Amino acid sequence: MVEYRIDRRSGVATYVQIVQQTKQALRLGHLQPGDKLPTAREVVEATAINPNTVLKAYRELEREGLVEARRGLGTFVKRSLGTAPAAESPLHGELEDWAARARAAGLDRDDVAALFTAVLEKHFRKDDQGESS
Amino acid sequence: MTDTAIAASALGKQFGRRGGWALRDCTFRLPAGRVCAVVGPNGAGKSTLLALAAGLLGATEGELTVLGTTPAEARIRVGYVAQDKPLYPQLTVAETLQMGADLNPERWDAAAAEGIVAAGDLNPKSKVRSLSGGQRTRVALALALGKRPELLLLDEPMADLDPLARHELMGTLMVQAAQHGTTIAMSSHVVAELEDSCDHLLLIGGGRVRLAGEIDDLLAAHTRVSTTADADLAPHTVVESRTTGRQLSALVRPSGPLPDDWRTGSPSLEELVLAHLRNPEAPALTPAEAAV
Repeated sequence: MVEYRIDRRSGVATYVQIVQQTKQALRLGHLQPGDKLPTAREVVEATAINPNTVLKAYRELEREGLVEARRGLGTFVKRSLGTAPAAESPLHGELEDWAARARAAGLDRDDVAALFTAVLEKHFRKDDQGESS
Repeated sequence: MTDTAIAASALGKQFGRRGGWALRDCTFRLPAGRVCAVVGPNGAGKSTLLALAAGLLGATEGELTVLGTTPAEARIRVGYVAQDKPLYPQLTVAETLQMGADLNPERWDAAAAEGIVAAGDLNPKSKVRSLSGGQRTRVALALALGKRPELLLLDEPMADLDPLARHELMGTLMVQAAQHGTTIAMSSHVVAELEDSCDHLLLIGGGRVRLAGEIDDLLAAHTRVSTTADADLAPHTVVESRTTGRQLSALVRPSGPLPDDWRTGSPSLEELVLAHLRNPEAPALTPAEAAV
């Protein structure tokens, strides 16, 4: 089961926060295929957010094929999300090398974060995770 | 059933023949099933609008339809909690709920009403007179929700509540909306208080409707821009603009693509509301007008 925590000051649309937290739980294995997502009623009772926001997030997850709504039963996890590459994967190693080189070149933590974010934004547009409102 | 909870057309209310107009020329439509924030500064006309919809005041001009009929005929299906939470001080909490049951024989949901009171640790034998402001709010909400309303009108419902009770009662209201599809219209002058719970906005300023519509649509219709002071904002509709040195910041309703060299951002709901209230001359945006 997953419990949503809504951060009002994050600037991220509430439904996107629910989508992201669900995906995070899928990546970390806290949610697995067959698990039931909390009902809209349970979410709004705990968070006081609008029920349509929850439904919008669930529709988005359904559109991405991660969950399915079963009539009268609730919303269930259909598949898990590929976990992040394990420590021994080549991608991880390459990133390690890159970080070491960046440090050797005199970049500090903020420089690296700024650079990484810029590249991330370029290759992974926001729209890939559903339109932001 | 109708898909419109409240529809107003050129609605106006004047208090006394020579009195000022509390509301004038209000045209908007609140679709059923929405949770609507009725926002505006003190004295904007929020309470007047809610009281008109509740059938407690008569309109001076224009038309108002509630749940597809007149406000008076809709009353049995409408729950209304006024700002001062009127209750009978000499009754106990249990007697107050019993009164709700007696007045709404066909519809009364005793379990729902008692649940709301019980969540507040209220003794059913306490006299209403002895309750704190927050406790009275809880009893008033229990009375309104026990009626199983199709439309719930709440005037500043959270003003007396501590943050914990506010969150908990807002959660209760959202459950009501989720389970029964109840339309809720609640007023506040604090936008942030309602932002996450509401999906529809009615912004009232100076007795007029300034913004009306789905919050997502209203936000999407506006863009925050920042550019050089000599830039020409036409043909876009300008809600607010400010020049500081060489920089121009503005909130606009784009009427086409914006130039690439302008920096743009999405406004927050609070920014949107404040910009409209600071600039009474800014044109209103309501779907009723947009549809024409």
